[in-house]
Amino acid sequence: MKNKKDFNIVIVGTGGQGSITLLQILARAASIDGNDVRTSELHGLSQRGGSVEVQMRFGKKIFSPMVAEGGADLILGLEAQECLKSLFYANSETVYLINKFFIPIFGKELLKEQAVLKELKKVTKNVFIVPASDICEEELGKKVVAGMYLLSLACVRGLIPIKPESVLQAIKDLVPEKYLDLNKKTFELALSKKNEEI
Amino acid sequence: MKILEKANKRVPFLGNEAIVRGALEAGVQFVSTYPGTPASEIGDTFFKLQRSKNKIKNLYFEYSTNEKVAMEAGIGASFSGLKAMVVMKDFGLNVCADALLPFCYTGTKGPTVIIVADDPSCHSSAQSEQNTRAFAQLAHIPILEPSDPQECKDYVKAAFKLSAKFKMPILLRTTTRVNHQTSFVDLGKIPAIKADGKFVKDVHRFNTMPPRVFSMHSEMLDRIKEIKKEAEKSELNLTSGKQVSSKIGIITSGVSYLYVKEALADLGMNLPLLKLGFFHPLPEKKIKNFIKPLKKVLIVEELEPFLEREVAILAKDANPRLQIMGKEIIPEIGELKPRIVLSAIAKLANKKIKALPSVDLEKVAVKRTPQLCPGCPYWLVFGGVKKATEGKNVVYGGDIGCYMLAGVPPHNIQDYLFCMGGSMGIAHGIKKATNNKQKLISFVGDSSFFHVGIPALINAVHNQSNPLIILLDNSTTAMTGHQPHPGIKIDSMPIIKPEDVVKACQVKHLKIIDPVNQGEFIKAVKDFLEKDTVSVIIARRPCLFANRVN
Repeated sequence: MKNKKDFNIVIVGTGGQGSITLLQILARAASIDGNDVRTSELHGLSQRGGSVEVQMRFGKKIFSPMVAEGGADLILGLEAQECLKSLFYANSETVYLINKFFIPIFGKELLKEQAVLKELKKVTKNVFIVPASDICEEELGKKVVAGMYLLSLACVRGLIPIKPESVLQAIKDLVPEKYLDLNKKTFELALSKKNEEI
Repeated sequence: MKILEKANKRVPFLGNEAIVRGALEAGVQFVSTYPGTPASEIGDTFFKLQRSKNKIKNLYFEYSTNEKVAMEAGIGASFSGLKAMVVMKDFGLNVCADALLPFCYTGTKGPTVIIVADDPSCHSSAQSEQNTRAFAQLAHIPILEPSDPQECKDYVKAAFKLSAKFKMPILLRTTTRVNHQTSFVDLGKIPAIKADGKFVKDVHRFNTMPPRVFSMHSEMLDRIKEIKKEAEKSELNLTSGKQVSSKIGIITSGVSYLYVKEALADLGMNLPLLKLGFFHPLPEKKIKNFIKPLKKVLIVEELEPFLEREVAILAKDANPRLQIMGKEIIPEIGELKPRIVLSAIAKLANKKIKALPSVDLEKVAVKRTPQLCPGCPYWLVFGGVKKATEGKNVVYGGDIGCYMLAGVPPHNIQDYLFCMGGSMGIAHGIKKATNNKQKLISFVGDSSFFHVGIPALINAVHNQSNPLIILLDNSTTAMTGHQPHPGIKIDSMPIIKPEDVVKACQVKHLKIIDPVNQGEFIKAVKDFLEKDTVSVIIARRPCLFANRVN
């Protein structure tokens, strides 16, 4: 990990993919590790299946709740096409961890994976795409935890300077009883793939 | 419950949660609101709290029918001696302005705080990019501007104290990035409260009948003068930093302060910085003292240059040669972002910042508009309307709610969109202007109908126009988070059915249809478009998430 005073994460996706829950878990985990944390979320109309972008910054002392333009260390893409918009936050060092998952946009041709990756790679070489939705469907029977899988994967692979056990603790603290087991399993699944190539 | 966490703990709170906690710590007794994002979670947090087993004894909370009655309820509570809080989004303040202005004349009895959430960049708003600061001049109401959750909590408490001391309602103005920001908040104690409201008659105090209103006007201005003295010494207006040889400094407030602090840390600078917690009244002496030794000052504020203008006026006296930088380098449209502020400060300080990769986002990024949820009953309403009006030249009036998605593909049936209840009022004007000839369908949601839709319906009936009004009844206030409204069952509260109101307004053509019955719905739309008087179809099918409340 770079020696920097703060760490900046942007999560992009579409309404209903659970980005705010992921943000809360990350924020909790970062604070368990003793960091100052600020997040910025959006509620309301954007939740109705439109583009969603939430952000979190943590470190020793954080002022702005918003990640600066070109200031993201990590961008989690819950939907692949949405990552293009998040280029606003990317620089040549930014890491993209993307779900190989496409939600069509009405009246528009679906972008191909290669087309998305090509644009992202013009800015940063660190672009990783993982079939998180498919993996979760196959192994856990639930696509909906793809975001949790990506987040867990980012932590266990050291893409976020937060201790994996803090993420697990945050999951236990924040996920409702009903879904807790599923989310813990998702975390363990990511842990089991810690050393696989992506 | 998170909102009731013990005193002396430090917990991450959303700005809106921090506002609730601040009010609880201040001992608020009466809270009224109409839901509106970015303020929605404030009411929702009170609502959940007061329906839980941990409810605060003697605290009254209500979702009012609209912001005007929410404000009036708050005024009644204040006049009865209670600590009251009224909560709304920016446009709500326009709705309740009629009650707010005289309230500033009479002043408060019980301390009263009004929370108003602006939404620069319109993340959750149509209609306008409102800047509530303008009400400072119109209503003579003191305005405080917190920048983060800790300040949300502290400022609410400070506002209650100010209101108690100066007998004025105090407005707390937030913006989306404050309401929906999460960070750590230090918690204080929540006191027990009493239900001891009593209206003690005092005509001199509560009755604005002229000529008394003129002396009230004068008393209000006196109160503002007194609060100004308080603002001069208030720790909500913070000066920091050290003078530099180039004699530059920065004045800011609200969330912009955080971007300024971040930028100064990035640039490794510690410039003189005045952070204003009071927007109105401004601490004029403090500002004059701040700008006196400076050559150049940068004003960092979102939307209109209200602070910049005030500083320019004060500089005429305090430092006529001061160069004021503001809107010439900081945009007036849309919210500010950290990089915009960093660039502006770099410009002020003659520093270079690293260039960014140039990406033409307009070209590269995909645009994804919001969509109705899968299974939303409005798909059936819009689909049916399109079939019924195919090939006909029909005007479609939009209103505020999830159904304003009528304006996006694949629906594209929204020819105008204004304000709550506006679809029917404007429909009537179009009808009269075209001698009732042009066909028109006005959409209105159930919550918007109760909000301010009913007078527009009465007006159309009484003044004899003939729009077809489709009342989309999904049995909830869906867009802002599924809050209840007077038409739905909640505990043992009486229900007011929209059809009973419509009938009482003498509408002759009324049908209540579940839009699943497309044949019946389409036929009704076709029939009603030919009527000579107002017609109403209540398209009733609950939102998939409608019963989240219960």
